Amino acid sequence: MTRRVVITGVGAITPLGIGAKPLIERWSAGECGIADGFGRCLDFDPLDFLSKKEARRSDRFAQMAIAAAEEAIGQSFGTDGELPYEAHRIGCVVGTGIGGLPSLEENQRKLIERGEKAVSPLGVPLMMGNAAAAAVSMRHDLHGHCYGVVSACAAGAHALGDASRIIRAGDADAVLTGGTEAAISGVAVAAFGAMEATSPTGISRPFDARRDGFVMGEGAGILVLEEKEAAQARGAAILGELLGYGATTDGYHLTAPQPEGTEAARAISLAIADAGLTTVDVDYVNAHGTSTPLNDRSETVALKAALGERAADIPVSSTKSAIGHLLGAAGAVEAIATVEALRRREAPPTVGWEEPEEGLDLDYVPGAAKPIENGDGPLVAISNSFGFGGHNAVLCLAA
Amino acid sequence: MPTDVTTDNVEKVIFDGLVELGTERDQLSREASLEDLDIDSLDLVELAQIVEDEFGVELRGDDVKDVKTVGEVIDLVVSKAG
Repeated sequence: MTRRVVITGVGAITPLGIGAKPLIERWSAGECGIADGFGRCLDFDPLDFLSKKEARRSDRFAQMAIAAAEEAIGQSFGTDGELPYEAHRIGCVVGTGIGGLPSLEENQRKLIERGEKAVSPLGVPLMMGNAAAAAVSMRHDLHGHCYGVVSACAAGAHALGDASRIIRAGDADAVLTGGTEAAISGVAVAAFGAMEATSPTGISRPFDARRDGFVMGEGAGILVLEEKEAAQARGAAILGELLGYGATTDGYHLTAPQPEGTEAARAISLAIADAGLTTVDVDYVNAHGTSTPLNDRSETVALKAALGERAADIPVSSTKSAIGHLLGAAGAVEAIATVEALRRREAPPTVGWEEPEEGLDLDYVPGAAKPIENGDGPLVAISNSFGFGGHNAVLCLAA
Repeated sequence: MPTDVTTDNVEKVIFDGLVELGTERDQLSREASLEDLDIDSLDLVELAQIVEDEFGVELRGDDVKDVKTVGEVIDLVVSKAG
């Protein structure tokens, strides 16, 4: 008997606001949360969610995950603190690209300026890449599988994929999963700039001929995944289903995607096959769409290779046009945006897309959101995430 | 120059330090237990750094492992300085 995985709660902290609602509503309206070249979460105050002591004991990337988890758990489990399953049957798998980089930088500064004795005993627990997963599970007393996933900009999608596998394998009945990132700080900004990955104009316009790099963003997305029958038995509201997952690796270059998108295409095909579907079943693509010259071209090639003629018939849009690139949080935030878009039966636009480039000829949803056409039944989407290192992680979602 | 290690000075620095670490000031007293204030080993290491910066008195993990109240921390710092 195959165990299926449904989504029963979502939570997001993004440059479009606090919550999953402003993310989908403002993106669908064509709004953009990028300002001064960064996608910052200016409305996020950790003290709205944490005591002063709790806030001191978590880096911003973990604080955002805690806040997003609060929303997702509230929606799925309720706000009374009761868990619907035994605590050891609930896991917590949270991705991040970098971890607590600002905390690392702060302690490095203390080390250089004042010596070893000035370095905080919280230095390691603040910066470790698993800190968000640990903090969320500790806060909600979850005792199942718990770890961080680190695969650069694919981490959020890998986390969801792993979480779904844990549930399918029978090791958990529910998993809190997602991604989080808050690395808009000295070293990361300088390093991404040095490799000319980020946009010198500070504009995120995926698939547009004028695109010149990604815009760094921050935020978190957390979902509650549950085994479908168990969720139905307890009467949980089901937002969508994580039908399939495909993961491959380019094995090509440290940062550049393989130009023909061969392995990215394979990940897309694997996700669709894992869902038990074929390309004609796919109604919408939430693209990785970083706004870098290389990604958007190779991703378009990969979509055509994997989806064939279907690629030209369905909307393809990039959440990064509205919030920038949330790195290790991107895949999770975009999975939430995808499910919500399917629920609204509307593909949000690739904000700012105006100028086509030869070969980049899919329907990138310019200008305004458009209906996703396919009768009245559930809609299916794929959500792509690709990371430095050649990581490809693709989710197949339905709602 | 380190601050003079008087009981009053140490109490002020430790009270301020604990507030900085997230303890509510109105819960603080010499009699308050560290456990009730949710002050754990990581807090004590941070507090030791504050004390050393201020008074030049070094506290190690072993020094504070049996300390139960805020007052005992204060007395320990004063006695170590002596």
